[in-house]
Order: sequence, then structure tokens, then C-alpha cells
Amino acid sequence: MTHMPILPVILPLIGGFILLFVKKYGINTQRTIALAITLALIVISFFGLCLAIEEKYVIYLLGNWEAPFGIVLVLDKLSILMVLMTSILAFGALWYSISEDIDTKGAHFHVLFQLQLFGINGAFLTGDLFNLFVFFEILLLASYSLLLHGQGEGRTKAGLHYVVINLVGSTLFLFAVGTLYGVLGTLNIADLANKISMLPSEDVGVVAAAGLLLLVVFGLKAAMFPLYLWLPSAYGRTSAPVAALFAIMTKVGIYAIIRVHGTLFGYGAGELAYYHIPWVLNIGLITLILATLGVMSAKELRTQIAYIVLASVAVILVSVGINSQNALSGTIYYMIHSTLIAGGFFLLADIIIKARGNGDLNSQMPIFQNGILIGSIFFVFAIAAAGLPPLSGFFGKIMILSASLDNAQSGSILVTVLLSSLLIVISLAKTGSTIFYDTTPNVQPTAYKLSKSSMAAVIFLFSTGPLLVIFANPITDFTQILANDLFEINGYVKAVIDIYMEIP
Amino acid sequence: MEIILSLIIAVLTGTGIYLTLRARTYPVVLGLTMLAYAVNLFLFAMGRLNINMAAILQEGVEHYSDPLPQALVLTAIVISFGMTAFVIVLSLKAKGELGNDHVDGKESGDKK
Repeated sequence: MTHMPILPVILPLIGGFILLFVKKYGINTQRTIALAITLALIVISFFGLCLAIEEKYVIYLLGNWEAPFGIVLVLDKLSILMVLMTSILAFGALWYSISEDIDTKGAHFHVLFQLQLFGINGAFLTGDLFNLFVFFEILLLASYSLLLHGQGEGRTKAGLHYVVINLVGSTLFLFAVGTLYGVLGTLNIADLANKISMLPSEDVGVVAAAGLLLLVVFGLKAAMFPLYLWLPSAYGRTSAPVAALFAIMTKVGIYAIIRVHGTLFGYGAGELAYYHIPWVLNIGLITLILATLGVMSAKELRTQIAYIVLASVAVILVSVGINSQNALSGTIYYMIHSTLIAGGFFLLADIIIKARGNGDLNSQMPIFQNGILIGSIFFVFAIAAAGLPPLSGFFGKIMILSASLDNAQSGSILVTVLLSSLLIVISLAKTGSTIFYDTTPNVQPTAYKLSKSSMAAVIFLFSTGPLLVIFANPITDFTQILANDLFEINGYVKAVIDIYMEIP
Repeated sequence: MEIILSLIIAVLTGTGIYLTLRARTYPVVLGLTMLAYAVNLFLFAMGRLNINMAAILQEGVEHYSDPLPQALVLTAIVISFGMTAFVIVLSLKAKGELGNDHVDGKESGDKK
């Protein structure tokens, strides 16, 4: 049995503890170790991806207990791809926090950062619903502390709201898990799918209710309407590297919807097959409209970027709601793009705010140093985030929109997505001209000195944009196979519990 | 027994939701605790309610109580304990920083 599936989970856990013990050797030792662990995570998850392409499903039995009795970790293309994305994003964020000295603003930044990675990677790799809950709690607890890390205006208030709403979400998760266990007697995702395919019709209603309750919980993580109000204040108020890392947190919710709902309520689920899809699609459309309004009305640069993250989440929800193989393939492509670009965008916003003095979009501020360099990078980020050619956001949206043509609701999907892209382009153009053109000579610029290392971290995350375009062909081939695997639920169930579901 | 237990869960959930929707942090924390109690009882009941059933394998015993929900409840209790501790500390910090215990950090009459 290969130990590959456990490595991305256990490495940050052990790393976190090591970082706690080396604290007395100074911040530089901590920084070196933290960077080394994150770099190792990238390498490991890359090899894991190669393994997943070769073997499709790698099952890891914890404590060697047979599934469905023990907890399993499942490494497949989707889960390890998400882990790889997390590692790359984490590396960029960590790099930036070190070069801008953000990690010294409070205690235990590096420890919390590794524990956050532990939670996120675990949530991606687990094959058990209760274990997913546990990993959610780990990543949430680390995220609460990271959110509040260092002092900041309004950070405590935003943190309190974030913590309370997520605690309520955890309670709902447990109610849903309890209901599913009470009816089906298992919590292994593959076994649940198998049991649901044989569900007697009198239990359908209860399982449907539990499934929708789970959708609420995952929707809360993914910031789905009407549960998105925590996102702009939390992302806008926390420190830049944490906001960048949080760009993956909304994708944890989306991943959970694709993995849990896609497997449990796939084509084998009889009466319940794809019953969650209309909810995801319509709520996605509403979220997209509200996110676009948020982008247009934001008065602060980081709040605006937080709403752009929300808009990208909404596009992903819509394309999950289209529910076809091509749409899902586009979803994965767009997800890689939007996560890494949004992460980089938060870092760039931090540089702009430091150089300019503030992120207020209604005030005139002086011309700052390196304005041309920062402005050009802002320009390309804006192109990527808004989904204009020639960068990756455009290709992702094209894939999703062309897949939506077969859908019954193609009209409303096309209109909403295209209009929202247009309005986001206009808002970003206005933001750019406010920051870089509408300047006042009367005020002295801040003494902020742009460090090459911080800029390199931003460019590191941004480079995924062009790379996704250059390697678009192999990547889309990969996402097509991935989407095919996701729809072929029997492969997953067979790999985990060695049972072929009888599809009625 | 079923009726009593379901009534307890219902009352706990109801008070929990009511308190969580209050505007002060202290009732909110209490409400979250109530919700956690309710969900723990609920999880426990999902292994079916029964009396005088063995939990450990023995010879000559045919009926066992389901051990899994008990394990789940243990995990859930630990997690909700930790979370409650965290949210209490956080609301104390908020009270100290913002000067009052309103969840929005300002009294409803305040203009700012």
C-alpha cells in the first residue's frame, strides 16, 4: 500500500508541531522550515497527481480498517489537484508574508498556517463524511486565529461574525450527518452512494432533507447566496497573505458539493438523482448578480477583490449547476485560474495600499513610487480576473458558456455571466483609473519601498495565468478525463468498497 | 423515552436558535452551546434508543447497541468544547476592543 494519500495531510501537521518547538531558535529558522515544508508539499502533491493519473483511485485505509468500517483517504485526480493548488497558493502567500514581515506581527503565524494547510488538505483527501466534518473544524479553527492574526481595524468584529456563522454551520453539518447515519447506517461517502441507490421510497424524503442541509453547510463555506455576507468583511479586513490563502477556502465548499453531492446524488440515486442541481444553478445565478453589484459598489480596494472572489465562486456554482461533463471540465479549469489569480490579487492590493497610503476608492492620493510597474501588473490581473482574452479567465468562461448552450436555462446563464463580466470590467477600469490616474500632487507619497521579493511572490502566483493558457490543451484534456471520472460514480464506489452499484 | 428525548432536543434547538439571533455576544455564545448540546443528543439518538444492551462483544449476547454514534458524539463534544472556549475568548476581546458587547460593535442607537 502506497503512503502517498496520507503525506499531504501529515506533513503540515508534523511541520506545525516542529515549528512550535523551533520558536526559540528565532524567526529565521521558522521561516526556513515553513517554506521548506510548503515547497515539499508542492513536490509531493505533484507526484501524487502523477500517481492519480496512472492509477485513477488510490485508497488509503487508516489503521488498516476495511472500508466502510474504518476511515479511508481517497486520492483521485480532483482531490490531489485541489491539494496541489492549495500548496502553490500557500507557497506564494507564505513568501509574501515573510518578505513583508507580516508573520512577526503576532504569535504563531507559521504554526497556524501549517495547521490550516493540514485541515484543507485533509478535507480534500478524506472519503468519509464525519472525517470531512472534523477536517472542516480543524481548518476553521486555524482560520479563525489566522483571520485575527495581528491587529487591524474591524478585524475583531469581522472575526466574531465569521466564527459565529461557521459554528452554526458546524451544528447544521452534524444534524445532516446524524440524519444520514440514522437512515443509512454508514458515513463512508462511497457506501452512502451505494445505500442511497437501494433506498426504500419511504426514506427518500428524510435523505433529501439531509442532503439539502449539507448543501446549506457547503454553501456557507463556498459563500453561496444568502450566506455570503461574512465573506467581504472577513477577506477585506484580514492581512493580505491570509486573505490570499482564504481564496482556497471557498473552493473547499465547492469541492465538497462536487464530491459529496455529486457522488451521493449522482445518476445511481434513483428518485434523488441530481435533485440538488436546480438549487445550485439558481442560487449560483443569484449569487453572481449580487456579487457583481458588490464589485460595482465597493468603496475599498480589498472589499472589491473580495467581491470578485465571490463572483468567481458564483460562476463555478453556475457551471456545477449546468451538470454536464463539459461544464464540469470547464469548472475545474476556471477553479485553478480563479483561486491562484485571486490569491495574487489580494497580495497586489496590499502592495498598492501600502504604497498609496490607503485603499479608499473615493479619495485622491499621490502618485507613488514604481507606479508604472505596479499599474501594469494591476492591469494584467484585472484582465485575468474579469475574464478577458488572452488570459486564462477567458478560456475558463468560454468552456463554461459553451457547455451551457445545451442547458434548458442557457438564456439566463449566458445573459447573467456575460453581463456580470462586462460590469466587472467597467468597475476594475474605474478602480485602476482612480488609483493610477486620478492623483493629487499636493500630498506627499508614503515612504513605502517596494521589495523585489514581495513583487516576485505576486508574479509567482500570477504566472499561473499565462501558464494555464500556454498549456491549455493538455490541461483541458486532463480536466475532461477528470470530469468523466466524476460522473462515473461506480468507479469511485468500486474502488473504495469493492461493490458495483446496481443502477435501476 | 423517544418522546421525552425528542422534546428535549426540540426545546434545546429552539432556545439555541432564539439565543443565537440575539444582539449581544453573551446570549449568542449561550445559544451556540445549546445548539451543540442539542446536536450531540441528536447524534446519540441516531444509534437508536435502547436499554440494557451490551456495547462490547461477548459470548452468548445477540443484540448490541451501536457504538459508532457514541464515538461520533465524543468527537463532536470535544470539538464544540474547544469552539465554545474560543468564541468566549473572542467575545471578551471584542468587548474590550469595541467597548460594548453588541455583536456589531455598536449600540443600535449609535449613528456611526
